[in-house]
Amino acid sequence: MDDAALSVLLSRIQFAVTISFHYIFPPLNIGLGLLLVAMEGFWIKTGKPVYKQMARFWALVFGLMFALGVASGLVMEFQFGTNWSNYSRFVGDVFGSALAAEGIFAFFLESGFLGLVLFGWDRVRPKVHYFATIMVALGAHFSAIWIVVANSWQQTPAGYRLVEHDGVTRAEVTDFWQVVFNPSSLDRISHVFSAAWLAGAFLVLSVCAYYLLRNRHVEFAKEGMKIALVVAAGASLLQLATGHKSGVTVAKYQPVKLAAFEAHFEADAPAGLWLFGIPNIEDRRVDYGIQIPGMLSFLVDGATSTKIPGLLAFDPSEWPPVQAVFQTYHAMVGIGMTLIALSWGGVLLWWRGTLFNHRWLLWVFVFAVLGPVLANHLGWFSAELGRQPWVVWGLLKTADAGSPAVPAQSVWISLIGFILIYALLFALFIYLLNEKIQHGPGEPAAAEQEQKAGISKEGHRA
Amino acid sequence: MIAEAVPLLNVTWYVLIMILLAGYVVLDGFDLGVGSLHLFARGDRNRRLMLNTIGPVWDGNEVWLVTAGGALFAMFPEMYATAFSGFYLAFMLLLFALIFRAVAIEFRSKRESGAWRGTWDFLFFLSSVLGALLVGVALGNLAWGVPLTRVDGKLEMLGSLGDLLHPYPLLVGVTGVALFMMHGAMFVVVKTEGDLQEQARDWARNATIFFALCYVITTMATLLWVDRMTAVFRENPYLMAIPLLNLMAIANVPRTLYHKKDLEGFLSSAAAIVLLMALFAVGTYPYLIYSPVDPATNSLTVINAASSKLTLWIGFIIAMIGMPLVISYTFSVYWVFRGKVRLESTSY
Repeated sequence: MDDAALSVLLSRIQFAVTISFHYIFPPLNIGLGLLLVAMEGFWIKTGKPVYKQMARFWALVFGLMFALGVASGLVMEFQFGTNWSNYSRFVGDVFGSALAAEGIFAFFLESGFLGLVLFGWDRVRPKVHYFATIMVALGAHFSAIWIVVANSWQQTPAGYRLVEHDGVTRAEVTDFWQVVFNPSSLDRISHVFSAAWLAGAFLVLSVCAYYLLRNRHVEFAKEGMKIALVVAAGASLLQLATGHKSGVTVAKYQPVKLAAFEAHFEADAPAGLWLFGIPNIEDRRVDYGIQIPGMLSFLVDGATSTKIPGLLAFDPSEWPPVQAVFQTYHAMVGIGMTLIALSWGGVLLWWRGTLFNHRWLLWVFVFAVLGPVLANHLGWFSAELGRQPWVVWGLLKTADAGSPAVPAQSVWISLIGFILIYALLFALFIYLLNEKIQHGPGEPAAAEQEQKAGISKEGHRA
Repeated sequence: MIAEAVPLLNVTWYVLIMILLAGYVVLDGFDLGVGSLHLFARGDRNRRLMLNTIGPVWDGNEVWLVTAGGALFAMFPEMYATAFSGFYLAFMLLLFALIFRAVAIEFRSKRESGAWRGTWDFLFFLSSVLGALLVGVALGNLAWGVPLTRVDGKLEMLGSLGDLLHPYPLLVGVTGVALFMMHGAMFVVVKTEGDLQEQARDWARNATIFFALCYVITTMATLLWVDRMTAVFRENPYLMAIPLLNLMAIANVPRTLYHKKDLEGFLSSAAAIVLLMALFAVGTYPYLIYSPVDPATNSLTVINAASSKLTLWIGFIIAMIGMPLVISYTFSVYWVFRGKVRLESTSY
């Protein structure tokens, strides 16, 4: 392997490491943002201290994850330029607008109001504080919109033309709205949102279930679980629907990716849906698997007999890495289905009045937060690996997208640096999250008193 | 100089990006300055107070850098690609510094242990100094010029990290640290009271002297060796207003310290930073990266590095909608948290 190819390979690994770390935080915070709006809204409406106790506690968790999200997010933005300069030159005209919009509309909104949410409890009136909470949640959602738009453009480019600029070919915008609403944008944004809501809801479920098992903060935990269960139940079904729509879009615009998702080899035949299996790429089949015949054809087109172009309809040089795409995709789907069962099982028991009586179920909820977090990562891995060998579908190969000015040696240095720093940060994050959870929310009465004291202090100052 | 006329949109975006960068160095400048002074504060309470002066605002301030980076990517992708890949290790160091700073602020006060807090205090200090230094080194390199080479039609920076650390950029880097220390000290003076405030006045006085020295040396070096930066001021004498105003702003800082007009002093140092950025912007225009080797063909300018006219337009509309929003909520956050910093249950 020559130095340039090694530099690209290491840059890919570095991107995977840094995005995987970064992507722990924003989805949890998008979901948590929605729940914060609900919790604080109930407090404003009912005046019950337990809701304020919830909002205060979860805002602190939000703040911790936001700090890590900002620090690791800046890395993502810089990396396009540092490690993927050819890519940046090629897409800057198209992709950059979305990124700039993200900065100016989303990040400023989120970070500006987060200071108020975290530190402003005693400084502004409850309704102003609630407004700030809504703005933070909106900001979190907006940031996801723009970045997913940019990424969707890489999957299904639209609204551009190729232009020779200063001796180099690049994509230039011809229609901004076609870029924003490219064929896969809406499906993928809604899929990412429901995934994030699910993650936030399961984080709350996990901590609340833990408190119930330890018999601490019981009212806080029970009320929190109810709100989170409603969100989880809704989001898990939405996840299924948006996932299905995304799949249909992939079938239309990226058929070879769909074929890799299901390891469907035959060039032109009806395709089944594997529940699990191990694709045998040499022999063009799937080993140790169970398949529902005709199901993929049915999902894509509504008829089990519809022919779906398989991997063999394409040159193997155009195939994504089938094994990795198949496994990450199926693991994601499997986890998603389990989460639907878990959410609706919880709702059913709540309806029967026995939700809090089953200790084993509470233990399941404690660890279930890993489910959506893992599924979110696996989903992105299958989406991004499934796009290979392209970085921009049909236009720019990943192999040609790197930085000619960056030798492999430099990427080794930064990659090792990131691995060490992120390992340390992850350990610290888990440690501090655990501290926060063990410390628990302040007592509702104490929180009230504190607030009253704060108001009189403000009054005195004025 | 480039012969063709520069379209207004390209100039506008050059100015807008400079405004975003100026916003970053003014706002995050005092965060980095407070961090660079952190170890001078004695005792846990004073250090917590230091940290909490910037507590509610530092991450919002960092967003100015995020947005400047995004705008550069969108509007001058050639500059973004060439500079970010060319300054690779320097940018990685800056990222590591900013990560550690964020984490140090977040984690420092989470445990009582003295060793824990001492470690994070040191990392907060180190990452802030390093961040301040690197911002200056980057600007110093852009002022000096960086040789660019055409590789497959693209302009690339093929030097090593060592090439970027020659004396002039390092001098600008040290000047940056001094400037941010002055600015950060003034911020602490505004936000605190009692013994910490008195201490901060001393820091501000010393940092101002330190900065004034660096400033004189940097100016001499620029006049002697960076002819390109000074030419425009010789040709257009009215532009001398910028360095003159700059001198007045700097000189006003010790004056306000003497008269205890704290807010005015802080605003003066902010004005000094903005005017220094203006000096830089006017001096380097129309170059984004000036290549001393074959400057006519191998430099990146506001024309050959820019995106298409349509993208510049779209971005302009986004900026016109977005900037008033940004300014209004930046202002409201500073308004809500005006006055002296207090340690509360929600503080860092």
